[in-house]
Amino acid sequence: MEIGISHYLTVSAILFTLGVFGIFLNRKNIIVILMSVELILLAVNINMVAFSAFLNDLTGQVFALFILTVAAAEAAIGLAILVVFYRNRGSIAVEDVNMMKG
Amino acid sequence: MTVEALYASLGLSLPELILAIGALALLMVGVFLGEKATGLVNWLAIGVIALAGIVLLSMNGSGVAYGGAFLADPFARFMKLVALLGSAIALFMTTGQAKLYNMNRFEYPVLILLATLGMMLMISANDMMSLYMALELQSLAAYVVAAMNRDDVRSTEAGLKYFVLGALSSGMLLYGMSLVYGFTGQTGFPEIAAFLSSGGRSLGVIFGLVFILAGVAFKISAVPFHMWTPDVYQGAPTPVTTFLASAPKVAAIAMIVRVVIIAFQPITTDWQQVIVFISIASMLLGSFAAIGQKNIKRLMAYSSIGHMGYALVGLAAGSLQGVQGVILYMVIYMVMTLGSFACILAMRRPDGEHVENVSDLAGLSQTNPFMAVVLTALMFSLAGIPPLAGFFAKYFVFLAAIQAHLYALAIIGVLASVVGAYYYLRVVKLMWFDDAKGSFARPEASLRLVYSLSGLFLIGYLLIGGPLGAAAEAAARTFF
Repeated sequence: MEIGISHYLTVSAILFTLGVFGIFLNRKNIIVILMSVELILLAVNINMVAFSAFLNDLTGQVFALFILTVAAAEAAIGLAILVVFYRNRGSIAVEDVNMMKG
Repeated sequence: MTVEALYASLGLSLPELILAIGALALLMVGVFLGEKATGLVNWLAIGVIALAGIVLLSMNGSGVAYGGAFLADPFARFMKLVALLGSAIALFMTTGQAKLYNMNRFEYPVLILLATLGMMLMISANDMMSLYMALELQSLAAYVVAAMNRDDVRSTEAGLKYFVLGALSSGMLLYGMSLVYGFTGQTGFPEIAAFLSSGGRSLGVIFGLVFILAGVAFKISAVPFHMWTPDVYQGAPTPVTTFLASAPKVAAIAMIVRVVIIAFQPITTDWQQVIVFISIASMLLGSFAAIGQKNIKRLMAYSSIGHMGYALVGLAAGSLQGVQGVILYMVIYMVMTLGSFACILAMRRPDGEHVENVSDLAGLSQTNPFMAVVLTALMFSLAGIPPLAGFFAKYFVFLAAIQAHLYALAIIGVLASVVGAYYYLRVVKLMWFDDAKGSFARPEASLRLVYSLSGLFLIGYLLIGGPLGAAAEAAARTFF
């Protein structure tokens, strides 16, 4: 069986869905949320590279490189904010992010 | 790219270059002079923004730079000026307040400069790639400034919530962009439009469009992606909330306008449905959810959700009048927001305690009559009562919706603004008819200046509305 564009798109759609569910269904740890965000961005990258190869167009791969760079910056900032939050709250459980409600 | 093309590109993006170089230079100033340089860096940052604004004002005409990734046109210039003004005023109000909110660090003005740079690039983006990079530059700076008071659990929680939901929304935006790229083979807005108008509409593109709109709806805090807004507004230090509520909203709306009016213009009926839904949901939620709020920053958060809904009414019309209405709405919204937050920043007891409850405004007419008058004008204007500016903002977007035969949208909008008037009028009632529970310290000169000017703008709108409307129309003509 030949692996075509639709296979790649299916894999990336599954990864994307897993990432979104990871954010909303996870009740334990904020680190897991950061991992889910990475999963979403990687799903997008698979999409980009698959389309790029399929279309014989380099733009998608350039875009994928930009996404990788931004993902790294985003993870750095997310972890930094998580560290200051942990210092103040003493916990990184999702259920403890509850100082404000309404 | 030839050397001449590079010079032309650099010339077209001169205001952005000034901001970028200014931000890096101020970072150096801050690093070498240390914490005591905060005040200096703050004023220098305002100077850099002013310089960028002056350069922007001296530019005219339009052009494409950096191989089509960057577009300079009258619409971009107008929206950039508004965004620069918002950032500068937000920084100006921080000058005297930073110490009081335990955020007296030189990084703050530098981050605001970087966020402003992101907004400028966002407004000028003409390609999915530059749009994404600009959006991230603005968002990453905004996540950090939301957590600026790093010893306060609420501020860091606000930063964390903003980050998690923001990252999710950029993920959705990117997924949409990847689908649009895959099904059109293009990332540039004009190229996407050209492909779509030659019969390239497919289910994949529609999916991508919906994901992109979901991603950008988050940035303007439109329903159903508004969940972060009340928490971030409440948790972030008030000077930061002032910034987050003003300029970034203008830039994000400008970005939505450019995406749907240029890139997806051939499939207008498709995005129109999404925008109409987002708009109705935002207006209704903004009106009803604000009724029970006790914290005035939360109240302003729901108010801004509602106002984004009204602004989108004009966009849904998709006509010249509609875009003109959106531009005017954002200008007036920004003035109202900056004025309201100047009043909220002034809510400080003589012993230095900041209070944030709506009920703390009780009896303001006895303790500080001038601020009470200004805040009354602001609340009436937010509610949309003539002859204040807020009325005209709503009038133009609803008129555009009616001209585009979107009757249901306009009727629901008017009804939602009637409901919304309730909580604005409650603030007015508290100020004028209830007994004072305590007085406020005399507000700082910078706050008095900002809320006086914004009050003057709202009351005197009839006089300046003509030229402002003409400028907005000239900006909107870019697209039609």
